[in-house]
Amino acid sequence: MEAANLLASSEREVDFFVHGVFSYELFGQTFWITTTHVAIVIVMMIILIFAVAARITISHAEKYPKGFQNVVELIVEMLDKMVVNSMGPYAKKFRNYIGSIFIFILISNISGLFGLRPPTADYGVTLPLGLITFAIIQYNNIKYNKFGAFTGLFKPLPILFPINLIGEIAVPFSLSLRLFGNVLSGTVMMSLIYTLLAKFAYGWPGVLHIYFDVFSGAIQTYVFCMLTMVYVSDKLPEAES
Amino acid sequence: MITDRGLILACSAIGAGLALIAGIGPGVGQGIAAGHGASAVGRNPGAKGDITSTMLLGQAVAETTGLYGLAIAFILLFANPLIGKL
Repeated sequence: MEAANLLASSEREVDFFVHGVFSYELFGQTFWITTTHVAIVIVMMIILIFAVAARITISHAEKYPKGFQNVVELIVEMLDKMVVNSMGPYAKKFRNYIGSIFIFILISNISGLFGLRPPTADYGVTLPLGLITFAIIQYNNIKYNKFGAFTGLFKPLPILFPINLIGEIAVPFSLSLRLFGNVLSGTVMMSLIYTLLAKFAYGWPGVLHIYFDVFSGAIQTYVFCMLTMVYVSDKLPEAES
Repeated sequence: MITDRGLILACSAIGAGLALIAGIGPGVGQGIAAGHGASAVGRNPGAKGDITSTMLLGQAVAETTGLYGLAIAFILLFANPLIGKL
């Protein structure tokens, strides 16, 4: 790996890789706890603390909300509206999942602002997210279309079966690669600026942080959730309203 | 004197640059989508929210091909599989 690093010959090493923190042996395999794990634990702690605080506030909610209760209601209403807008009557079943991944990916992407290496810039984080989405898509496909989930692959022409099959299987990879590529490119750009332009990088990289971490992160979070909902509602039967 | 390793590294760097030519397509496509989005908002300002979200979704899907090129470039630069073949 280090032999293949073309940039290693520059004075200060450009550093945006995942580093191992410590390793342990299990069943004869060496496993690494990496910086991604550390960052993901920090992100989860933030979400957990917020969730506990929100729970305490909501458990003695007031009729006329004020302060923190307003914030919590605003977030829940925003997520609910987003799911209802694109899934209609099925929104109730999916808003837990969509809301969870929305908050997780958003906090993960923004964590680059606070000096962490964003967990979503590791393919080991985004691929499982894509695979969970894939499982939900196929579960609903089989649940609602029964045998049609299989025969649907042969429509509109039987000869198109290989292309339809690839189209189904490519979903988790295109979803996860999109998120991974966008976040990683932001991380790479920022680390290039901080190492190769280290003498001049005072203050103005903040503007780039706003673009790469906040704007791009928020857009990619929204896109991941929207695409998940589009793919899932593609498999659901027409709603009789 | 060009060593085998040096040749592979140089060609990998050139290949990484060539892989990013894939960025042209998404750039043009996203620009067209944004232009049509802007004209749609001009015609129907009331539907600005829907138009914007649809536009962003389409742009994100169009961006995927460019990101595949980026992934290839990253693999060539930082996790080069060809050097192991020496």
